[in-house]
Amino acid sequence: MTVPTMAEMMAQGKQPEVLFWVGAAGSYDDRAKKISRAFVKILHQANVDFAVLGTEESSTGDAAKRSGNEFLFQMQAMMNIEVLNGYEVKKIVTCDPHSFNTLKNEYPSLGGKYEVFHHTQFIQNLISEGRLKIDDTTLKGKRVTFHDPCYLGRANEVYESPRNLIKRLGVNLTEMKRNKSTALCCGAGGAQMFKEPEKGDKDINVLRTEDALETKPQIIATGCPYCNTMMTDGIKFKEKEAEVLVKDIAELIAEANNL
Amino acid sequence: MQYLPNIIFAIALLLGIGFFVMNIHKLSRNIKLGKDVDRTDRKPERLKNMIKIALGQSKMVKRPFSGFLHIVVYVGFIIINIEVLEIIIDGLFGTHRIFQGVLGNGFYAFLIGTFEILAALVFVAVVIFWLRRNVSNIKRFFSKEMKGWPKNDGNNILYFEMVLMTLFLVMNATDTAFQQAGIGNPISQFIAPLFDGFSAETIHTIERSAWWIHILGILVFLNYLYYSKHLHILLAFPNTYLANLNPKGQFNNLESVTNEVKLMMDPDADPYAAPAEGAEETVPEKFGASDVTDLNWVQLLNSYTCTECGRCTSSCPANLTGKELSPRKIMMDTRDRLEEVGRNIDANGGTFVDDGKQLLNDYIKPEELWACTSCNACVEECPVNIDPLSIIMDMRRYLVMEESAAPQELNMMMTNIENNGAPWQYNQQDRLNWAKED
Ligand code: SF4
Ligand code: SF4
Repeated sequence: MTVPTMAEMMAQGKQPEVLFWVGAAGSYDDRAKKISRAFVKILHQANVDFAVLGTEESSTGDAAKRSGNEFLFQMQAMMNIEVLNGYEVKKIVTCDPHSFNTLKNEYPSLGGKYEVFHHTQFIQNLISEGRLKIDDTTLKGKRVTFHDPCYLGRANEVYESPRNLIKRLGVNLTEMKRNKSTALCCGAGGAQMFKEPEKGDKDINVLRTEDALETKPQIIATGCPYCNTMMTDGIKFKEKEAEVLVKDIAELIAEANNL
Repeated sequence: MQYLPNIIFAIALLLGIGFFVMNIHKLSRNIKLGKDVDRTDRKPERLKNMIKIALGQSKMVKRPFSGFLHIVVYVGFIIINIEVLEIIIDGLFGTHRIFQGVLGNGFYAFLIGTFEILAALVFVAVVIFWLRRNVSNIKRFFSKEMKGWPKNDGNNILYFEMVLMTLFLVMNATDTAFQQAGIGNPISQFIAPLFDGFSAETIHTIERSAWWIHILGILVFLNYLYYSKHLHILLAFPNTYLANLNPKGQFNNLESVTNEVKLMMDPDADPYAAPAEGAEETVPEKFGASDVTDLNWVQLLNSYTCTECGRCTSSCPANLTGKELSPRKIMMDTRDRLEEVGRNIDANGGTFVDDGKQLLNDYIKPEELWACTSCNACVEECPVNIDPLSIIMDMRRYLVMEESAAPQELNMMMTNIENNGAPWQYNQQDRLNWAKED
């Protein structure tokens, strides 16, 4: 798989159309890496001229900020902004709603102003520009439910682009009782991903998985690598791995298009 | 002697309003204890929010049943104020049903008739509210933080409204001339027969008593507001106007931190440099919030506006899964502590004397704060645009930046970000490995 870096592009005197911000999960987490690869396949299919920062990318600082470490966050932000501005980046796409939110909303006042897209928004644009088609036969008729990531949904009011893409797969999209602005968190946000939960009587991802299972899905679609992990763990906890798959929308599209 | 009732009325009115104004002063003084935050931008958008959310109750109706009942009580409250105006004029000038003459029988009948119907509807709504609060199994009314005063407060308001509505209808029913005229009495005409056997004098006394208790009750209710979650009927308006308009996921970037980070990252900066000529020796700012005075004034206004409805808590994933966190409790604690600070200031002649307490630990425990996923469900749910999450975040900032008191795993995560540019312990040089696998 060819994934050009900004440094390579620069060496050839080229400026790509868009920077793919991979994020820490997408770079290191085994499950999330598959999402990154699926998305790159889609970019290739649509002939998108893109590049990544590669080893020059660093944590956006989202987890630091939300755990209260504003110092660390701003240090990360300023370092990243220096790199991004150095490459004169204008457009960024990412599969991680946390990176999306941070880059889009919190970097501008620190000097990093970019046009930032979540991958579902970006793919939707590719479709409306006629650069990509989704095969609606491969997954036809499957029961799919979508879990809204807090940092895409409530935090930035992006509810439609993921749903729009799922519908194009020709599947049967069902909504959970808590959806869109009333969706329940998967339990990973606010840096919860990196610690044991406080004591309670249930884990949040289990409750959210129960919401999903009520719709009797064959596939739980996600749009965030952390949600993906949480829902996958929830399905394991409920011992439903044999019946229910957890997949990122990018993976579903790649699969539908036989990429 | 003839003017005695008018004089008593004027005094009661003055006392009632005077006391209320005094409390409003205290309220605004307390709110101003918060740090400054600029909410003067985007005025049209703010106005629109206020009209939609406070006036139009758009977020209330997301839960249709309670939303509908709430609108009944709310409309009743607003419209019945016209009646209160008449009572005040009558009371001050010794007139009786002054609007009847001014507006003419037809319009007056329409007006009072509407009030009577509303009063009856409000009564019914309030009874349903009471049942929901006391005998239903709706969880959010029975949470831990709703014991004691919060529970009594909720009920007191309902009792107040029941009594006030009853008095209004009885007052009309025993106004013999009004009943005989047969205008605007769609409800009270059915109550009037209850007094049939009474002498004219007794009926008149009942009418006068109901009239007096009604208006005195309203004045007492007005002053009860300050001590009650019912304050939201006033503060919902400024609160929705001043609410945050940025995307919910956008947390503020602390400016004090930006300055320090810039200094740290600038290789040319001399950390030991003397402050520039004329620059004041500023006390280093405290990062984050450990007490109410570290919060900004909109957050403090939020705490006074909170109606303790618990919609936030009932949608909070941490609370739903049995964790200590309840965003409603965060708001109630903030108000309780702010009131305590206010009383301290009053008792000490206008200055705060350290009482060895603070919002953190004495009211809100770190365990509550660390359970938050920052999912914004509470913010989304709140019918009056309160932002409990911002308080949680400011307190986390204090815990981390002032006390280095994050849970151990989070400290590890932060160390990893600092050293490897990722929350996990991976080498930054391996960042592109994902592209080579498959
Ligand atoms: S943001 Fe925090 S307090 Fe609010 S609902 Fe989510 S977890 Fe609960
Ligand atoms: S913060 Fe809002 S939703 Fe929560 S209890 Fe108060 S008024 Fe209700």
